[in-house]
Amino acid sequence: MSTEWPEEAYRLLREGGVDQFAYVPDAGHQHLIDRSIADPEVHSIALTTEEEGVGMLAGAHLGGSRGVLLMQSSGVGNCINLLSLIRAGRFPFLTLISMRGDFGEGNPWQMPMGQSTQPVLEACDVICLRIDEPGEVARTIGAALTMAFQNEMPVAVLLGQKLLGAKKF
Amino acid sequence: MADPNEGTRAAGKTATGHLDRRVAVKTLLDMQGDVLIVAGLAGAKGDVTAAVGDDPRVFGFGGAMGAAASMGLGLALAQPNKRVIVVTGDGELLMNVGTLATIAVANPANLGIICVDNEHYGETGFQRSHTGLGTDLAVMAQGGGIGAVRTVRETAELHDAGEMLRNSNGAAFVLLKVAVNEPPKMRTVWDASWHKTRFREALLGHP
Repeated sequence: MSTEWPEEAYRLLREGGVDQFAYVPDAGHQHLIDRSIADPEVHSIALTTEEEGVGMLAGAHLGGSRGVLLMQSSGVGNCINLLSLIRAGRFPFLTLISMRGDFGEGNPWQMPMGQSTQPVLEACDVICLRIDEPGEVARTIGAALTMAFQNEMPVAVLLGQKLLGAKKF
Repeated sequence: MADPNEGTRAAGKTATGHLDRRVAVKTLLDMQGDVLIVAGLAGAKGDVTAAVGDDPRVFGFGGAMGAAASMGLGLALAQPNKRVIVVTGDGELLMNVGTLATIAVANPANLGIICVDNEHYGETGFQRSHTGLGTDLAVMAQGGGIGAVRTVRETAELHDAGEMLRNSNGAAFVLLKVAVNEPPKMRTVWDASWHKTRFREALLGHP
């Protein structure tokens, strides 16, 4: 996978004031995760389950900070009930989601959650912005930062398998 | 002996703890000075409201069960110069018990967790929780890697636990083994957005 667009994504998140990176380890987010671990200016927090990131990011906002949750599409299912905190409190919320069960997927276990990721997020009032080409990364992440932190909306950026490449089995 | 819970939903229920939850939580919070508080849903929020009143520097949950501790983590990281105390119940903590490991690894020096353990799910009708059947949340906190952990069973032990919460230079965890009862409801505004804005205005000076 290219490190060019992930590097650009990291730069944009940092320029957008994000200094809390919450994640469950994931191949699709590897560059962003590694960059956050190596960056002494940010908190890089490994979670045991994605829903912890929902609480953590709301707490970050209470304290005047900005955070991003890096997760795989399967993690979206783990977050559903805690997204009620985001909606009830009208908290800003930004998540980057590496898709599985998407374009070219070879593992049938990944299909159910992959195919329901966007409908589930939209049912929870999370705006979904999808990226399938490297050239769309900067513009989309910029838009997501504005919508999440200026407009104070919940926003998910879906990184499709066309962009990430499907895992080989 | 007459059942002290007669006439309440907790009638006939027993727990291994005997501390008064309202007194124990207030004693610990009174020792902390100027802190930010995240109050988990149901009983824990009632304990916090009874202890500190309707304070802008409390964010209390009305749902999203399991998120109090992780919210405390995000807040503690954002406000390293303030002490953050999460007050939650045994039922809520069990729902996301892995957060104890996440907090232990991040180990913010300014984050303390108070778990009010009455060994029951009070909100839903006082069904027994795992902690009344052998599960020890203090051992789980320790196993998760939190260095400063106390179980408090007696009033005389509250002072040391409060000192630990106030002075610990890493994440701290206090398990309060309290009696099972149903204290009077504490009414608060349900609107989480309003609480969020009020909290931020008090802390940051802007919404």
